[in-house]
This record gives sequence, C-alpha cells and structure tokens, in this order.
Amino acid sequence: MQTVLEHPLTLPVALAAVIVLLFPLVAGYVVLLERKILADFQVRLGPMRVGPHGLLQPIADAVKLIIKEDVIPAAADRPLFLAAPVISVVTALTAFAVLPFSEQLRVADVNVGLLVISAMSAVGVLGIVLGGWSANSHYALLGALRSGAQLISYEVALAFALLSGVMAAGTLSMVGIVKAQYERQIWFAFENYGLMLVPAAVYLIAAVAETNRAPFDLPEAESELVAGFHTEYSGFRWALYFLAEYANIFVVAGVMVTLFWGGWLRPFPNVPWLEFPLNYVFPFALMFASGGLCFPLARRLKSRANAIGLRVVGLALLGVGALLLIPAVNQAVIGPFWFLLKVFVVIYAFIWFRGTWPRYRYDQLMNIGWKRLIPIGMGALLVNGVVGMLRG
Amino acid sequence: MWVDTFFFYLFALVTLAGGVLTVTRRNAVHSAMSLILSLIGVAGLFLLQRAEFLFAVQIVLYVGGIMVLFLFVIMLVNLDQAARMRQFSGQWWLALACVLAVAAQIVYVLSRGSGAFRFARPEPPARGGNVELVADVLFKQYLLPFELASVLLLAAIVGSVIMARKRI
Repeated sequence: MQTVLEHPLTLPVALAAVIVLLFPLVAGYVVLLERKILADFQVRLGPMRVGPHGLLQPIADAVKLIIKEDVIPAAADRPLFLAAPVISVVTALTAFAVLPFSEQLRVADVNVGLLVISAMSAVGVLGIVLGGWSANSHYALLGALRSGAQLISYEVALAFALLSGVMAAGTLSMVGIVKAQYERQIWFAFENYGLMLVPAAVYLIAAVAETNRAPFDLPEAESELVAGFHTEYSGFRWALYFLAEYANIFVVAGVMVTLFWGGWLRPFPNVPWLEFPLNYVFPFALMFASGGLCFPLARRLKSRANAIGLRVVGLALLGVGALLLIPAVNQAVIGPFWFLLKVFVVIYAFIWFRGTWPRYRYDQLMNIGWKRLIPIGMGALLVNGVVGMLRG
Repeated sequence: MWVDTFFFYLFALVTLAGGVLTVTRRNAVHSAMSLILSLIGVAGLFLLQRAEFLFAVQIVLYVGGIMVLFLFVIMLVNLDQAARMRQFSGQWWLALACVLAVAAQIVYVLSRGSGAFRFARPEPPARGGNVELVADVLFKQYLLPFELASVLLLAAIVGSVIMARKRI
C-alpha cells in the first residue's frame, strides 16, 4: 500500500480519473450557473423547479439526455457521425492534463505544456467540422464551415497573445510559467509596466471566439442555422458536444489564469503579512457569506423539502469554510482554491459577455479577427519584446 | 524498455495503416481522416524520440492547420460525382510489379549492408529541453536560411491573395 501511494504516477493517474469522472458534473453546474446568471441579467428567476433554487437541475438534465432517443440521420456518414463528438470530448479533456491546479496537484508538467493545449484545440476543430459534414444537412455543414473558419482565424491572434506571455515567462511549461510569476513577483498581466494587459485582453477576446461563445457564436446562430454543426445530434451525443464546449471554456480560462493571472498563487504572493487575511480570512468569509445567505433564502421557499435542502447546502458551505481555517487543510487546498476562484471569475466574464453583447455578423467577425486582433497581437508582441529586453 | 518498444510499434502501425487507408478509401473525407491518423502516428514517433516540440508542431500545423483546410476543400466540392468517376487504376498489375521490384532491391541492399548501419543512441535530455535546442539551432546556426524561408512564404501569401482577388 505504501509503495503504491508513494509511486510518482499515483497522484497524476488519480487526478486524471477524478477530472474525467467529475468534469461532466462540473460542466452541468456551470450550465446551471450560466442559466441563473443570465436569468438574473434579464430579471428572471431561471430554473427553480428541481431542487431548492434549481440546484438539482443539472442532474435532471443529464438523466434526460442519457435516456433520450439517439437519432442518426439515414443519409449520414455513420462512422464519422459517431466519431465526431468523441473527438471533441477527448481533445477537450486531454488539455486538462497539462493544467496545473497547484504546484503538486497536476497530471503532468511537460516542457511544451502550452503547445499541447494549442495542439488539442487544433485537433478539436476536427470534431466540429466532421460532425457538421457527416450529418448530411445544410445547416450543420454551414455551421461547421463557419466554425472551422472562425477557429483557424482566431487561433492566430490567440497564438500571438500566448507568445507574449511565454516571452515574459521564458518557458512553455505551465508550472514553470506560474513559478516565473512568483520569482518576478508580479502577475504577467501587469508585467512590463502594464503593457502585458494588451495581450491579456487579446487573449480573452480570442478565447471567447475559440470556444464559439457569444458574441462570436455564429457557428450555432439559432436565428440563421437552427443549431449549427450539431443540428442533427440528439441525446447523449449532443450532450458530448456540450461537455466538450464547457471543457474548452474551462481550459481557456485556466490558460488565461495560468499565463496572466498567476495560476494558483494568491494575490501579492511575496507579501508575507497578507497571508493570513488572504489565505484564511478571505476564503472563510466567502464560504461563510454564501453559506449564511442560504438560510434567509430557505425561509422564503414554499416547499418544506426544498427549504431543508437549501439549509443543508448552507451548512455544508459553512463546514467547508470552517475546514479552511485548519492550517493543515488550508495549506493543501489553498492553491486549487485560488486557481478555481480565478477560473470561475473568467467563466463569469464569459457568461457576462453572452448576456451583454449581441452577436456579430460574419464579416464583422472576420474583420475583428484579421484586421484588429492579429495586428494588435503582433504589435503587443513586438513592444513587449523590446521593453522586456530593455528591462533586462 | 518494453514500453518504448510497444509504443514504437503502436505508432508505426498507426502511421502505416493510416497511409494505406489514405490511398484505398474511395470517400475523400475518409481518406483525409486516414491521413490525419497517419500524421498523428508520426507525431507519436517524434514524441518517442524526445522531440516534444516537433510533436506539438506536427499536430498544430498538420492536423490543425493543413488537414482542416484539406477537409474544407473536400467538403465544398461535389463528392458523389467524384466517387462515381472511373478511377485511374487500370494498370495496377504494372504498378504492383514496380513496387515489388523496388522492395526487392531495398531488401537486398539492406541485407547486404546491414553491418554498415550504426544506430544513434538517444542522448540524455539536454539542458532546457527540445524547444530551447531547436530555437538555438534555428536562430544562431541557420538564421539566414530561416529568415529567407520566411520571406519566401510571405511572397507566396501575397501572391495567393493577389491571384484570389480580382481587384486590389
């Protein structure tokens, strides 16, 4: 037992299994988060029926999708139709392998980590293009072509933004990038007298386009293309595409956090006196406030079972907050806590974009990509290179 | 290391099977998919040689860039018509004879000269890794040819844009 636990492969394999098994649940709750936040923007309530405040909605949705009939169009290219969603999910989940949740909590630290993520997103295009083509449907084909063109266009801008970050870090390893930020004592978004904010912004915009999210969600523009490349998919295969989409959102948010926002480091990691307020008081206050808010909300619920359920959730949050005050537990989980908190801030921004901006037209999309983002990305790379060299 | 050997044969099999499927599939999209499989196999072989930079670049450029453009072109042409057309494979027996003759030559030469081969040993992982080494060689030793190649590519890009647009 001891040798198994101390084997260098134990933690990566266990973490990989946890990610693959748990991510569908996380994706479900990100969907719920998205529906709730969008509802809030539009002064609605969002899902309220299943569980207290719709908290069990993702599970109901998952059950529905799994037991739904799986329709395959008669004229579809069957093997490719079956393989396409699998390609999307496998590439999206493979990218998690190089995402460091903390210094120890990672599947692999390879010295071409960022390139592996680019490679996986490049192969992921195939899942979309093949899915759209193999369905033998006009809407799906048009959606796939749009998506492919969009992904290829924005990959260039994305690569320029990544290059600026890599240049500041001097390494392609994801763990190395975060360590470089610890040594330079600054998040790379604010490196070079704030000039790195430009590539960070370019990255955020290109990442929204890479994940086919609003306002760049032309591949699945409902008013024009029904549902874009996955028009003909139903049930579980459709769910796979959505799993891949949310996995991609998580990965681009994780790359953004790792490259520009200091990964698992707390804000001001080099200021020792901030450790207690930021690492102990802040997480506890966060959990305490969200747990405490559950109780007044529970009193207003009509169903008795729902009210009890919400109180249990509140108690669980308070318990997690109390656990975070124990130094040993805190040491172990504070890295992933900061990483996930930042990732969810980015995801919140993605949802916010969706709720705020109307969809771009196709020519506008291409103009932004080729005539704005790519020149800005190139300029930022050049300026940051010169400034970085001058600073030594 | 039997793991290395196993993965070598696995990737070699994927590469060869992909190549054979590429030329035997009738459906052009299936051919393109087989070619992708073959390219991924080559990427795996790069990884076994500890050339992780080449592995990533192979996938990003070939699978993600070139093959997606291939697929675009294939999807936009009329596939059914192309599949129904007569295939230029009437002289397959002549082609087979040529292939067998070349194969016999290669086998003969290899078996005669096998003593002259020396297999390079994989070097221990160098300082910094593959990316830094490639960059060193590219930007110090071969800087001029590298920059010349980039000028050539730029000329090709500009030329294709001029040929594609009727009015500049």
